Amino acid sequence: MEKFVCHCGIVAPVDQVDVNTDVIIPKQFLKSIYRTGYGENLFDSLRYLDEGVLGQGAKNRAINKEFPLNFPRYADASILLTQRNFGCGSSREHAVWALRDYGFRALIAPRFADIFASNCVKNGVLAVELPETTVKKLFEALYRQPNYQLTIDLQTCRITSDDGINIVFTMDPSIRERLLHGWDDIAVTLQEADAIHQFELQQQKKYPWLWSPLKGQSR
Amino acid sequence: MKQTLYDKLWDHHLVKQWKDGTALIYIDRHLLHEVTSPQAFAGLREENRLPRRPQANVATVDHAIPTTRSERSAGIVGIGDDDARLQVQTLDEYCHYFDIRQYGIQHAWQGIVHVIGPELGLTLPGMTVVCGDSHTTTHGAFSSLAHGIGTSEVEHVLATQCLVRKKMKNMQVVITGQLPKHVSAKDVVLALISQIGNAGGQGHAIEFAGNVVSELSIEGRMTLCNMAIEAGARVGLVAVDDRTVDYFHNRPFAPSGEYWHRAERYWRSLTSDTDAYFDKVYSMDVSEMEPQVSWGTSPDMVVPISGKIPDPQAQSDAGVRSAMEQALTYMDLVPGTSISDIALDRIFIGSCTNARIEDLRAAAAILKGKRIAKSLKQALVVPGSQQVKRQAEKEALDQIFIAAGMEWREPGCSMCLAMNADKLENGERCASTSNRNFEGRQGYGGRTHLVSPAMAAAAAVAGHFVDCRFIAPEVAH
Ligand code: SF4
Repeated sequence: MEKFVCHCGIVAPVDQVDVNTDVIIPKQFLKSIYRTGYGENLFDSLRYLDEGVLGQGAKNRAINKEFPLNFPRYADASILLTQRNFGCGSSREHAVWALRDYGFRALIAPRFADIFASNCVKNGVLAVELPETTVKKLFEALYRQPNYQLTIDLQTCRITSDDGINIVFTMDPSIRERLLHGWDDIAVTLQEADAIHQFELQQQKKYPWLWSPLKGQSR
Repeated sequence: MKQTLYDKLWDHHLVKQWKDGTALIYIDRHLLHEVTSPQAFAGLREENRLPRRPQANVATVDHAIPTTRSERSAGIVGIGDDDARLQVQTLDEYCHYFDIRQYGIQHAWQGIVHVIGPELGLTLPGMTVVCGDSHTTTHGAFSSLAHGIGTSEVEHVLATQCLVRKKMKNMQVVITGQLPKHVSAKDVVLALISQIGNAGGQGHAIEFAGNVVSELSIEGRMTLCNMAIEAGARVGLVAVDDRTVDYFHNRPFAPSGEYWHRAERYWRSLTSDTDAYFDKVYSMDVSEMEPQVSWGTSPDMVVPISGKIPDPQAQSDAGVRSAMEQALTYMDLVPGTSISDIALDRIFIGSCTNARIEDLRAAAAILKGKRIAKSLKQALVVPGSQQVKRQAEKEALDQIFIAAGMEWREPGCSMCLAMNADKLENGERCASTSNRNFEGRQGYGGRTHLVSPAMAAAAAVAGHFVDCRFIAPEVAH
């Protein structure tokens, strides 16, 4: 997994509450069996005026000029500023893959939905939660200045900008560690193989029915 | 220490606890389907890893598969959509490669993951259950600790049989009163979400309690827990009681003989201790409850059938107001409209929320001897599993649906998420027994209203929403 240490980039707004994962990446793109290739279809129903099809590409599609991500000034954005409960709904990790693929490294909102937040960590995407009032201030600053940039430093848990923003954020220490080091979660857990094995032996004694082989025909 | 049900299930599966609160939780059952697993299997193979305990995993196909008899009868090769066929094929190959049990497209036990898990006894009380699908909360209805997970976590569980988690807080929802006839678990949970909001349970494991929950069937409890995620809760739970124990008697993979007795003894301990501490408690009385209908694009935008479309101007919170306005525009509705004046294009009875036998019976009771409205373009009934389908056919429920002018399909997720051909056209409006009314969920530009099976059936007869109690025959139950 890619590390997240410190990132400076242009901020783009999606100024809506409850943006669910069906909106972040609509279901027709879930038919892909890969982890990449979703960037062009991020926010598909908001970015385009026509219905997207898997594998069709962005060319020849009707662009929704009113959607901020289509404004030239946000073309190189890598930080997304949004409202509360972002990522609610379906557990599809494709939502994070799409954000990552598009180029977003960090997300800022008052609150993220649970499953979505864990999916972010697994993909080296930093999801920073800030109080509603602070998010509101950031939106105001962003709307005032074109090419508004923020620097998010995970080592110091601080967000800064040229216009004097200096925000300290809180981050779950274990998530912070994982992101800073870019650890492979599976490799970390496999170091606990002994503990897992001990647990299994105990469980076989206490709850043996959970270990009965599944009989009968499958496939 | 007094413990909640969630505390107990957590403790019984704790492999390791770190100081910062992170824990390693052992997973007893992992359910897989074709849409969120191929990338996980690919990751495993790339890293040269093997599933730690292949027997703990069971796969089926449900999300992307077609539901017409003609496409289904030819098996995988019969799937018309190239991408969906590739997904199903990929799952099949990986299951073969990694030696994982699969109830494939033509198996007699195929069905929606959350329907087949309990009905086969693959998921049992006291188990930890995960699946790459947020509605895994369903299995909490019989005290299994069930989490929806993302694809990276699917890979993690395959490789380690564990999940990295922090313990959540405890929330109790106490449901009391006398549930009126033809008002169902679906109405209760829709009303609950409208009251506590789509993030009202976030960060919490919700335990449903109270006399109404005790009186619900296991199927009804599954409907409650299924939609806990729509209130933002990753886990929903109901304590074990006689009904739970009875439900698992003679299920194909439930324990038997000496193991049954040991299991039953353990299961009966799966309740919250009296006076256990809950961080949040929410109480609701359902005696006056009406059938509910969602009007917007979030599952907390719900009103009773006698209600009207609410006015965003009455809202003080700017975020809520603009979300409501956006929802009304998308849904093409104006404030003040009576719910019963909303006309429909399609009806969908199905999904892991409401496609079990009890749901089909409730719908059939309303539809018996009636025809669906001529104004409808389509009314689909999609059973949750092959077993449900066979049972319904045994009871001739399929004949009631077909005689009414509805389509009786093969099991799958179908129009719940519209990954296959079952979908709404742009601008069409649907009464649906599924769980999400998000923009485009049932098809690009499609408009979804969430309701109970009885309400969907009543709407099918009328062509618009109507209180199912006006249509229901007063048969003695
Ligand atoms: S029926 Fe709908 S909610 Fe349930 S598993 Fe299938 S897609 Fe998900």
